Amino acid sequence: MTSNNSALHPGSYLDQQGKYKGILGWLTSTDHKRIGILYLMCILVFFLVGVTLGGVMKLELLRPGEQYIDAQTYNGFFTVHGIIMIFMVVIPGLAAVFGNFFLPIMIGAKDVAFPRLNLFSWYIYIVGAAIAVLSQFGGKGAPDTGWTFYAPYSIDSNTNVTTAVLAAFVLGFSSILTGLNFIVTIHRMRAKGMTWFKMPLFPWSLYATAWIQVLATPIVGITLLMVIAERTFRIGFFDPSLGGDPILYQHLFWIYSHPAVYIMILPAMGVITEIIPTFCQRKVFGYQAIVLSSLAIAGVGYLVWGHHMFTSGMSDFSRMAFSFLTFIVAIPSAIKVFNWIATMYKGSIKINTTFLYSISFIFQFMIGGLTGLTLGALATNVHVHDTYYVVAHFHYIVFGGMGFAFFAAIHYWFPKMFGRMYNEKLGKIGWAIVFSGFTLLYFPMFILGLQGMPRRYFDYLPEYSGGHFISSIGAFVLITGIIIMVYNLFRSAKKGELAPANPWDGRTLEWTIPSPPPLENFDNEVVVTEHPYDYK
Amino acid sequence: MQHGEVHITSYRAHGVILVLLLFLTAITITITWVDAGSFSVGVAMLVACVKATLVLFYFMHLKFDALVFKVFAGMVFFLLAVVFVVTFFDYLFR
Ligand code: HEM
Ligand SMILES: [Cu+2]
Repeated sequence: MTSNNSALHPGSYLDQQGKYKGILGWLTSTDHKRIGILYLMCILVFFLVGVTLGGVMKLELLRPGEQYIDAQTYNGFFTVHGIIMIFMVVIPGLAAVFGNFFLPIMIGAKDVAFPRLNLFSWYIYIVGAAIAVLSQFGGKGAPDTGWTFYAPYSIDSNTNVTTAVLAAFVLGFSSILTGLNFIVTIHRMRAKGMTWFKMPLFPWSLYATAWIQVLATPIVGITLLMVIAERTFRIGFFDPSLGGDPILYQHLFWIYSHPAVYIMILPAMGVITEIIPTFCQRKVFGYQAIVLSSLAIAGVGYLVWGHHMFTSGMSDFSRMAFSFLTFIVAIPSAIKVFNWIATMYKGSIKINTTFLYSISFIFQFMIGGLTGLTLGALATNVHVHDTYYVVAHFHYIVFGGMGFAFFAAIHYWFPKMFGRMYNEKLGKIGWAIVFSGFTLLYFPMFILGLQGMPRRYFDYLPEYSGGHFISSIGAFVLITGIIIMVYNLFRSAKKGELAPANPWDGRTLEWTIPSPPPLENFDNEVVVTEHPYDYK
Repeated sequence: MQHGEVHITSYRAHGVILVLLLFLTAITITITWVDAGSFSVGVAMLVACVKATLVLFYFMHLKFDALVFKVFAGMVFFLLAVVFVVTFFDYLFR
């Protein structure tokens, strides 16, 4: 990609900088934009690996009985699929890629506060990812606990659980350091005149996210170390046969992992909040409500973790408290949906690929969110807990929500990042296939779940075969769509039309500089006087 | 560093804090001999909090930092406390 773009305009960040050429120039660069691209490439690769594992699972589930992989292989597959998708794709996801690339630009800074720490975070990410990949091979085989590593099974399983847990531990440090970097950047590096309430909403969402990264990730770090210690020294934290409490593990795990879903979804909401005003040419509705709801989500999101444990034997009082708090956290999420819709109202809407991904985000996020309330209510939870209903719910949130926001973001900022336009027609075709495939794949899972199909099984009873068949076809359609989308982006990065500085008529600072941006973003010091979403 | 001042805490002050910390450690150990049920966990936690605060304020110089740092550090510990309390609701009512 590098060489082709150097003709675009001299001095772009894609041109050689520093003393190294080619790949080495990328691996040693502390430019926030290059680091963003490094994350983008790695995350794309891991995403495709995760998708492949998902595809093979769906192939196995096409018909009842054992076809291609046996039960133990299937267990390994859903575990690895989960670990890759959660810890290596969606948790770094938007923040590491688009946060790195656009946060400094959107607040009028030349780089993040600690550029070298930023590159270091990427290296930690790579080390963690390498350990995760290693855990799949050798030893007693791929880990088979599911991505949640629940005790006591994770203590007893003789597969490579320790390696996998270590990988998640290392990946956590990358996340903490990125969060820390962003907090300091936002506090100290905003351009002159950019007061807190003149800051665009994507940086705001990153700010809320960064606090969760810094404050919640250490808890899972310690917890994972406790699992390793228990496996190695049989200490008795979690294993009841050693006098431990398995529910304590679930507390500790979800104290992090529920806020972690907000690490994923808050930047996604931030991206959508940038895109909708641009393509409607309207001032965003309720700027302050959006800021406050982000902060409220980050705050209340800490206190709902118990909704994953309603059937685990927690006290009744805790169950009621957690159920109540779960319903409370739905309110700020709904506020955002109303804000997006109200922004669109009477706008001059331009429907292109970016916008289509954005509105599918809203649609799917709402289905995911509302089914979350089914799961958050005590009585219904007992019925659908650990069924395909849960699988459908979280895929609607993480994939239909965060994944689609990622697709929206890559299309929205593509001209800025690579200096070329993507092919609109192919983009729309890709979107249509991705969207239909997604619906076919996951919607039937809600019904399967209500009928009682348990999750994490490689086989099923004949009465579930209709739903599984449709769902598997959906997976193949979805994968086709993803291939078309990725092909379009790669081809356009090389051959697309040259992009102007502001192809979508956006108002935030990244659209005031050339595409692709020059090395230090701005030639002169930036002074902000207007509100970020002032459309005429 | 920002404000260019250097704060030197006297040896005496450091000594006093050290003695206080040792004293608090003694309390933590003593409490394990008294069987006060879930109460003893509470006391141990409280003592740990006081110790952490002393270290933060004197040894880590939070005392001399701007208000914003105090507020943020306070928020972090408040959050941690809330998480502990909420977890213990499960154990107390189980
Ligand atoms: C083409 C795309 C995808 C397909 C076909 C797919 C399919 C599947 C399947 C079949 C399962 C196992 C269900 C079970 O037996 O319980 C699963 C589990 C899971 N998937 Fe996906 N998925 C896809 C994308 C994603 C994405 C983008 C995420 C992102 C976060 C994700 C996260 C997870 C997680 C966390 C689990 C649970 C693993 C566990 O039970 O430990 N998946 N997926
Ligand atoms: Cu949750």
